[in-house]
Amino acid sequence: MDTEFTPWLSLAGGMLIGASAVLLMATNGRIAGISGLTSRAFARGTSGEARGVSIFFVLGLLLAAPIWLALNGEWPTQWVPGNLPLMAIAGLLVGFGAILGNGCTSGHGVCGISRGSARSIVATVTFMASAFATVLVTRHLIGG
Amino acid sequence: MKQLFALLCGLIFGFGLIISGMSDPAKVLNFLDVFGSWDPSLAFVIGGAVAVSAPGLAWVTRSRRAPFFGDTFHLPTRTDLDPNLLTGAAIFGIGWGLGGFCPGPALTALPIAASGTLVFVPFMLGGMYLARHTPDLALLGKKGLIQ
Repeated sequence: MDTEFTPWLSLAGGMLIGASAVLLMATNGRIAGISGLTSRAFARGTSGEARGVSIFFVLGLLLAAPIWLALNGEWPTQWVPGNLPLMAIAGLLVGFGAILGNGCTSGHGVCGISRGSARSIVATVTFMASAFATVLVTRHLIGG
Repeated sequence: MKQLFALLCGLIFGFGLIISGMSDPAKVLNFLDVFGSWDPSLAFVIGGAVAVSAPGLAWVTRSRRAPFFGDTFHLPTRTDLDPNLLTGAAIFGIGWGLGGFCPGPALTALPIAASGTLVFVPFMLGGMYLARHTPDLALLGKKGLIQ
């Protein structure tokens, strides 16, 4: 499945993501790490205040595509792998790994790198390397 | 106000993911496929995000003593590179490379209701729950609770 290289749209979208991270820190004092926010929306032992902020942030994420649909008359373009057992395993690994490693693409890859955190830089290099290796194996060594 | 701004931030974040193309697993998987149908867009997303949030976060946390609607900035203080950080990141990367979804894009794409997304998200939440509530075996060992 080929996709079009979109440098300007991706740069613009990335800047919106950065702006969201700055606004969340300025108003709520929290890092815009999606795995942390998402898990705090339902995990035990979360303060009511942290849970409230997390639930509303996730609600905002969930509303973006429907609002996009209302404005543009169609869903954003996407292609999602249809191998459901594979997607179940992928989901489990992403969720488990993100919490064990204290962050995902947003928390480590955007906010952590922005703060110059050594932990986040190491985590980002690690998950990038493991993701590149995974795609190399599935698409070129066994998938063909 | 806190909740309102959290909602707004989630919405902006979601629009950023859609506009940048990152809510589409095909683009993410192609970024990871350097030797195939490579699409470098994801690097521009991270570049654009860091270009705004690096100066923005530094400015906000240095110019103010507290956020507008809160008592304190919740900033990570750990600096050690522990095994869980590396193991977790490596496991996360495998799942990301298999499905093309990380948590933000998966939640953003959830309402579009592709069958792959509808399976991915509950398993992702399950994985998060497991990681948060599985007792640390090493810690239990130290306390003598398990052999």
